[in-house]
Amino acid sequence: MFHQLEGLHIDKGITMGHLKGCLDYFIKEFFEVKNVKMRFRPSHFPFTEPSAEVDIGYKIEKGKIVIGEGDQWLEVLGCGMVHPNVLKNVKIDSKKYQGFAFGIGIDRLAMLKYGINDLRAFFEADYRWLNHFGFDPLDVPTNYRGLSK
Amino acid sequence: MIITIPWLKEHLKTNAKESEIIDQLTNIGLEVEGIKENSGEMGKFKIAKVLKTEKHPNADKLKVCDVTIGGKEILKVVCGAPNAREGLITIYAPPGAVIPKNNFELKVAKIRGVESKGMLCSESELNLSDESDGIIELKNKEREIGKSYFKKNSQKAIDISITPNRADCLGVRGIARDLASAGVGKLIQTKRKKIKTNTKHQIKISITKEKNQGCDTFGSCYIKNITNRESPEWLKEKLIALGLKPISAVVDVTNYVMFDLNRPLHAYDADKINKEIIVRNAKEGELFKALDNKEYKLQKDMCVISDKSRALGLGGIIGGTTTSTELDTKNILLEAAYFNPSSIRKTARVLNINTDAKYRFERGIDPNSIEEGLELAAELIVKICGGEASKIQIIGKKGQKNKIINFQVEKFEKLIGISITANEIDKILSSLGFKCKKSQKVVKVEVPSWRPDISLDEDLIEELIRIKGFDNIKLIEPEKRRSQETLNFKQKLFHLSQRSLASKGYMEIITWSFTNSKIDKQFSKGEKEITIFNPISSDLDVLRRSIFSNLAFYLKKNQDRGYEDLSLFEIGPTFFGKNPGEQQIVVGGLKSGKINRKSWLEKERDVDVFDIKSDAIKTLIELGIEEKNLFVNDNSKHSYHPGRSGSITLKSEKGPHLAYFGEIHPAIVKNLDFKDKNILGFEIFLKNIPEPNKKLRLSKKSFQTSDYQKSERDFAFIIDKIFKIGALEKIIREVDNNIILNVSTFDVYEGENIPKDKKSVAINVTLQASDKTLSEKDLDEISKKIIDTVSLKTGATIRS
Repeated sequence: MFHQLEGLHIDKGITMGHLKGCLDYFIKEFFEVKNVKMRFRPSHFPFTEPSAEVDIGYKIEKGKIVIGEGDQWLEVLGCGMVHPNVLKNVKIDSKKYQGFAFGIGIDRLAMLKYGINDLRAFFEADYRWLNHFGFDPLDVPTNYRGLSK
Repeated sequence: MIITIPWLKEHLKTNAKESEIIDQLTNIGLEVEGIKENSGEMGKFKIAKVLKTEKHPNADKLKVCDVTIGGKEILKVVCGAPNAREGLITIYAPPGAVIPKNNFELKVAKIRGVESKGMLCSESELNLSDESDGIIELKNKEREIGKSYFKKNSQKAIDISITPNRADCLGVRGIARDLASAGVGKLIQTKRKKIKTNTKHQIKISITKEKNQGCDTFGSCYIKNITNRESPEWLKEKLIALGLKPISAVVDVTNYVMFDLNRPLHAYDADKINKEIIVRNAKEGELFKALDNKEYKLQKDMCVISDKSRALGLGGIIGGTTTSTELDTKNILLEAAYFNPSSIRKTARVLNINTDAKYRFERGIDPNSIEEGLELAAELIVKICGGEASKIQIIGKKGQKNKIINFQVEKFEKLIGISITANEIDKILSSLGFKCKKSQKVVKVEVPSWRPDISLDEDLIEELIRIKGFDNIKLIEPEKRRSQETLNFKQKLFHLSQRSLASKGYMEIITWSFTNSKIDKQFSKGEKEITIFNPISSDLDVLRRSIFSNLAFYLKKNQDRGYEDLSLFEIGPTFFGKNPGEQQIVVGGLKSGKINRKSWLEKERDVDVFDIKSDAIKTLIELGIEEKNLFVNDNSKHSYHPGRSGSITLKSEKGPHLAYFGEIHPAIVKNLDFKDKNILGFEIFLKNIPEPNKKLRLSKKSFQTSDYQKSERDFAFIIDKIFKIGALEKIIREVDNNIILNVSTFDVYEGENIPKDKKSVAINVTLQASDKTLSEKDLDEISKKIIDTVSLKTGATIRS
């Protein structure tokens, strides 16, 4: 089991530049890092054209993963410019409107952020694991404490 | 798709380093998944001969084999393969060898009491094929016993993940073309000499005209008087590096051409063909024995290559045994055809066959590659095996017209955000084999026949940006403008419930929407089970009808690990039908164990129904319902303890159903075999939580503090045993809302001095007026009013 988060932005004049900007912003915010090395790699999905997979740079330091720098690449999501046939099917004029779409496995991102090495542990309901990785219920994003502790 | 660098360099003139090639492949969308070093490790696998086999003394299906690898030593190897027999030449892996399939290092081990020195390998264990029914059978290898099966100088294999649109890159030349376009060297244009044709094509070929004919072009070449043999080293090495097993020169050449040019071919033993070749639809139920040694029952829309008497091959998927080439084959017919991708896909899916040819045809083979493929194969076969080749004969559609796209230059910038010139478009597309006629604004593009995936402007844009590089696209920061709330009310409720329960010490769990029907049955009596047609495991065979099904399972799992005091919750859908919408979001919580276990400060006690009731009520209050609007009653359902449970509705008994709470029914606790049997739970139905139409601050009355003295009075009522204390408190509170500030029960007594069907309830009432200190007289008056009201409404009497 895994969970997928889907994003879609359709409007006049939305380009691949917007897609890159949006994902760059999201990855930086999510991992709470100032800079992130990102690589868009051509790929293929039937509902986007052009399509890309996004890798982020990382390195292993003292046995821990450091996101955003380093020479290693890690695939985090798939994206692309919405295929005109998709728009046609929902009766949107693809000559006027265009946009981007992306899909992210959120469990995978959480694994990277918190250094969890087994996806299955998320769904095993092991009390010890829950105690270890569980959040403070009041750990909501605030101005004075940031996105997370 | 696996390639090796030396093979690539036959098509690509380049000085680039291996690492640069690998990086560039990934950059242009041909993702390198892994690099396999066929180094010394593989040298450990030796060609060996089985001298003798005996039945294993302790196992029916195992044999103990005496194996030789040339020396004097006779190796005892335990083997389970049905084809292990005396005289068989096969591949032996000694202790210390690492089996490629599972990366398992062999050790000398006792198998059912008999020591085995290493093992005999199947093709699947060596990653040569999926064949795992028996060990490898090598032919004509008698002289090579003791030698390594894999040559030491085997090449590095680069495993590339080809996306389904890029059929053209399932051959080395296609990959070379892409690399050349990206600036890694130059594509070598192979000029092939026309083969000498010195014999006649001897077999008549026809494609029947019928509905759903899956083949539209059939090319062939007849070669006679060959001496089929083992392939030369260069060819064997190439195939082994790709993970294929060399079979014979004829078969190896057809495989070579498939991987080199992405042109699948098939070779028939021409002498075994009955008169002529007919390409037709299969007859319903027609039987066909394929080269994988399985017999398939065909259906009527499947394309077969047949002769006068029977099907010889399943077009574009797999050949048949009746006309397969052997080492003694003298005359062959080489086939290169074009099969319709959707027909191939359908047939292969129905019969569940996967082959390298099928993989290529279903993605779309270059229809114009028939001649080139046949020429190359015929040339190689004549070179290796001798013989005389016929002219190439192609029937059906020939020379298909290429697609033309009139590409608007400005469209690139509109979609990508950066500009491109007509010159650049011409340069990139030409290097990929497109033909361009450019003007300032429009480029007329002719799509090569090997790119069936290109038909729209967007497809061309992808090609352009892929080669130009995504790195060149400038980031545009997203604009943030919020015109509506990010989350709707239902979503907010969901997240608020999470925080609310977590703050009460519950742990959130996430489980499947599937569950075990045995557990689900316990919690959902009488409702119709929703079975999964094709469950991923037999333990997850139904959709859950109760949020408790999985919670109970995981609660028990934690109990079994030795954890007793547990509070778990899950928020998720439960299902009441298989149609869309027949589901609702439920917040479920389960609690078990004790409070203050082994505490030195306070007395330990079991978690009880009042704890779970309090959790449910507090959560509902936090979700925005005022406490006075929560109507608690005892109409709970079968999965709860009949006496120690209840139900909460909005405002009145008939109001929307908000929650159940209580002890889990003892029968369920017993059936599910919980270690700690004290288990309580609640369910909150989020869809019935009303969305407040006013903000709380707007619905609150203004508040005035009273400067006057407050007073308290205690009452003890003798009341019917079954009367709910909550209801009694409510009656008292409503006697005078302005003066009665608080009502609380501090004692309940049943027993001596109290009639059997009654109980005594002691209640404390706090009284305060806003305009004066209440006098003794006022207090007596209100007390009397309370007693009268209670006795009128409930029949209770004051205890004297």
